[in-house]
Amino acid sequence: MSVLVYTENWDGKFKKLSFELVSYAHEIAKMLNTRVVALSIGCVSNDELLKLGDYGAAEVLSASNDCCKNLDNQVYSHIITQAASKADANVIIMAHNNIGKALAPRLSVRLKAGLATGVLSLPQSVEPFTITRKAFTSKAMARITINTPVKIVTLLQNAFGIHENPTSAQIEVFNPDLSAVTAKTIIKEINKVTGKLLLTDAEIVVSGGRGMKGPENWGGIEELAALLGAATACSRPVSDEGWRPHSEHTGQTGKIIAPDLYFALGISGAIQHLGGISGSKCIVAVNKDPDAPIFEAADYGIVGDVMKVLPEIIAAVKEIKQG
Amino acid sequence: MKVLICISNVPDTTTKIKFVNNNTAFDKSGVQWIINPWDELALTRALDLKDAGAGIESITVMNVGLADAEPTIRKALAIGADKAIRINADPVDSFQVASLLADAIKKEPCDVVLCGIESCDYNGASVGGMLAELLDLPSVSAVSFLNITNGKVELKREIDGGQESIEITTPFVGIVQKGIAKDPRIPNMRGIMMAKTKPLQVLEPSAAEKLAIVGSFDLPKAKAACKKIDPDNVKELVRLLHHEAKLI
Repeated sequence: MSVLVYTENWDGKFKKLSFELVSYAHEIAKMLNTRVVALSIGCVSNDELLKLGDYGAAEVLSASNDCCKNLDNQVYSHIITQAASKADANVIIMAHNNIGKALAPRLSVRLKAGLATGVLSLPQSVEPFTITRKAFTSKAMARITINTPVKIVTLLQNAFGIHENPTSAQIEVFNPDLSAVTAKTIIKEINKVTGKLLLTDAEIVVSGGRGMKGPENWGGIEELAALLGAATACSRPVSDEGWRPHSEHTGQTGKIIAPDLYFALGISGAIQHLGGISGSKCIVAVNKDPDAPIFEAADYGIVGDVMKVLPEIIAAVKEIKQG
Repeated sequence: MKVLICISNVPDTTTKIKFVNNNTAFDKSGVQWIINPWDELALTRALDLKDAGAGIESITVMNVGLADAEPTIRKALAIGADKAIRINADPVDSFQVASLLADAIKKEPCDVVLCGIESCDYNGASVGGMLAELLDLPSVSAVSFLNITNGKVELKREIDGGQESIEITTPFVGIVQKGIAKDPRIPNMRGIMMAKTKPLQVLEPSAAEKLAIVGSFDLPKAKAACKKIDPDNVKELVRLLHHEAKLI
């Protein structure tokens, strides 16, 4: 018996979400009176693998063959299935991101395992296994019960947080048998920015809407983000107009995020936008319309012209940062 | 090349969500129904490719739902799908939806299956992946670009901080997200008239298992009122974030 965590790394370094997943798995393992086994796919150094122990992994399976380099949903599902069987896993934890969404459903079918996606907190009980997940794009929560022997849970990022549970992790090289599967996803080209803070990993997010009036005014958003070590985001009209890339769009049809602090600058807060950000711990809104729905979701609000208010926020933050 | 798009009938994205029967069922009263936005984008891209002469012979839409889903299905026909299939069931979980779709698709072979990455009602984000596994087909998820030329399929997949360009051979399941098409089509009068005569086949469901059971729903707790700060005293906001919320 065990709780298996599918970890993700980014150029050989674990993503922050991996530590959160292990922390979360550690609590479920306590409820089940069992241990956490973490699975790492790809080239990750031993020092890095050991870090998973800091959050509660008792064992780390490291699959680093060449065939694991690129994400092929069928190949990865085979690897995770074999890891689940090796670890005798009865709960599998993954992130509720593009990768988790690609793999968890395939695993659910392979393992005949009930699947709870977009989970926000620990199960209410493990016997029966009852857990709350978001539904209706965060406008409601659904409480579901899974009765299959193996359960799969995908956790919303930043919903649980990272907690240290020092454990000395044992590392094991894991060589899955992939003779029965071939990678059919042929990757021709990868375009990615490295060294940039990922929107879903960020603790603080500075987001701009139509109130910013045009892409030429984004300097202020970027400056505030840089000062706070934050990621930048935007509302749907902004990405639809091409002012900012789609990858920055937060909301119902874009990215769902739950940072500690979210700045909604010149965003009116249509219900679709709120669906993507309502998990944020603290929301600050600046909008010139006092009746804008964003103020219903916000913790702190300023009714005013963002073009005038933003430079003043930047100045005040600089003052605080300088002590 | 035959393209099949799985479409879900969902409440309009502006719907105020309410529940009935002791919070165990979604309150459908007064709700406007639409094609799930991601499914609609997939359909839009397929229609654009067909119009551009990409060699798409037919576009079929498939839905798992009761007769009340038919206006939404007709809309898909009105904007240009050639044919529709409705599997007559009121499913309880994504696995059941995927199983019903898989059984129907096995009888209706196609080259490209497209699904939206999630639906804006239950947000399971699982039907596409489950369907691919049940059909034993490769799948690519988070697809933000699709092109088909002379039978060759090119995709772009969203990854952290960027995109991957991918080639894949058919048949496969593409699970699409935003970016794949910009503006959904609006049905015109001619399309609406034509939709009435296009085939909408109703299949009785096969026996499918369920893996998860929804017990009840809750609405999120009401938030405390927003603390308003004087626009002439912006410093106060930053002071509160620093001293009270301790976030910066």
